[in-house]
Amino acid sequence: MKKSSSLKMANKHIPSHIILGLWSILVLFPIWVMVVNSFKTRFTIYSNPFGLPEKWNFKNYISVFSDSDFMRYFMNSIVVVMISLICVLLLGSLVAYAMSIWRTRASTVLYFFIIAGMMLPIRIASIKLIEIMKSLGLLNTIWSLVPIYIAMGFPISVFIMTTFIRTVPGELTESAFIDGAGRFKIFYAIIVPLLRPAIATVAIYNLVPFWNDLWFPLIMITDEKSKTLLLGVTRLFGQYQTDWSKVLAVLTLSALPVIILYLTMSKNFIRGLTAGAIKG
Amino acid sequence: MANTNSRRIRGDSSLNPTWHYWMLYLLPGVIIYIVFMAYPLLDSIRLSFFTGTGAERTFTGLSNYVKLFTDEVISTRFWTAFGHTWIFFAIHMLVQNVLGIIFAVILTNRTMQGSRIYQTIIFLPVTLSILVTGYLWKLLLSPVWTGDILNSIGLGALSKPWLGQESTALIVVSLVSCWQWVGMPTMMFFAALQGISEELIEAAALEGTSTWDLFRYIQFPLIKPVVGVVAILTFVNNFNAFDVVFSMEGANGAPNYATDIIGTFFYRVGIAGQHPVAIPDAGLGAAVATVIFLMLAAFVIPTLIQSQKEG
Repeated sequence: MKKSSSLKMANKHIPSHIILGLWSILVLFPIWVMVVNSFKTRFTIYSNPFGLPEKWNFKNYISVFSDSDFMRYFMNSIVVVMISLICVLLLGSLVAYAMSIWRTRASTVLYFFIIAGMMLPIRIASIKLIEIMKSLGLLNTIWSLVPIYIAMGFPISVFIMTTFIRTVPGELTESAFIDGAGRFKIFYAIIVPLLRPAIATVAIYNLVPFWNDLWFPLIMITDEKSKTLLLGVTRLFGQYQTDWSKVLAVLTLSALPVIILYLTMSKNFIRGLTAGAIKG
Repeated sequence: MANTNSRRIRGDSSLNPTWHYWMLYLLPGVIIYIVFMAYPLLDSIRLSFFTGTGAERTFTGLSNYVKLFTDEVISTRFWTAFGHTWIFFAIHMLVQNVLGIIFAVILTNRTMQGSRIYQTIIFLPVTLSILVTGYLWKLLLSPVWTGDILNSIGLGALSKPWLGQESTALIVVSLVSCWQWVGMPTMMFFAALQGISEELIEAAALEGTSTWDLFRYIQFPLIKPVVGVVAILTFVNNFNAFDVVFSMEGANGAPNYATDIIGTFFYRVGIAGQHPVAIPDAGLGAAVATVIFLMLAAFVIPTLIQSQKEG
């Protein structure tokens, strides 16, 4: 841009850089401490808590992987999150497609009934949900989480995708229709590929709360075999209480997948996670 | 042609399928939504008028509410948790949302360098699990770990059992939660500020308007609807908050219930079981849930109407 004037202007931003710089340190410092100390030993974290390890120690990670249920927790979380996400996207896009073409008073009522769910905190339904899961025989299994997550993500998914489909010009689908394509074919051959940006937004918006959810695993699951990653972390935190370097290795490992995803596509994450909030 | 078709169910190959056809698209999602969200939410309200579980459930009218508001132990706990939730909310409004506005205004300045990097960093904690954040800060704030180091660099005063003192525990827990979530309001305000026309800002700059006046008379009034939305979200999230207290202070809101908020209270009463009996009381829990529901409705609906009017 205007290089000459921006150089002069840049001086004026020193206070701004100080504020944001200090906050950045405050954000990054704990994460730094978490990561570097997970490579130290049980005792060196006390003598040197903030610097890089003098000798890199990988034993914490090896023991977390080998003698704990960490991998099982991790896999449980992956399965739950992936299946829930796929269902949310599939069911949400089907409804959004119907909502964009079927326009009657009944469909408007149904639409508002669905998106009202965006404002409802599902946690306050927990007591009833436990009973429902018990009667379905799903309590204490990872399958108790999947339908809850689908219901949680469904309203926002319908909202974002319906808004998006309605911007697709009607001629595009109608001409395919006149060429003899069925409604469903139009859906998967034309609408779904066009929906890709909206699908990405919905996926990210739901991925983070699904992966980071502690509440529902905590109230639904006590069986070691079925624990999700975060619920497992609460157990390992207690179990390794005397060895903080190991605790930090567990914390690092459980935060890592989302942090890596975030850093590779931070722009999408920021847009996706705030999208639900700015629905007006 | 259209006449003969309209008597039958029009489907996949029709230009105008009937609602029967659309049900194939709608029902799978809507059924899950009703069974696992709408119905349990509404039925929680019904359960608050009952006691016991399963087949032994009996109607008891308002007795759960009477217990919640008048029973000596339970009502004390409830009102304590209720008050703490408001403090928790106030700290988020004052720290998280004010910082969010400040950060957003700074980031909006087009001549500011490194804006994207700052955005990425500020938003980073949002993607962390609250549990991980809570555990991490719990370790960092422990005098056992960082006390010696702080002492040796002359900052020994910073090394206190912040989470163990009743006077500071709730504030510290709230601040950790602000640390985590400040990226949300920042980016929401940032998006709103970007929507303000460039000419308006430039015209004000030509007039020699100070940054503060620019913010007060131009930017803030224009982003007011978003301020309303952020306030609602903050409120809803506070009545949902649980993880941060659970990870840093446990489900009892230690020390001595100093960090007990509605979320942890609801968990103990309705799900885990409360000291000393440790048997969950589904009816009483449902009553707490209903109160939360009403609180949210009482705050959210007027604020929404208000911000719609102003927007």
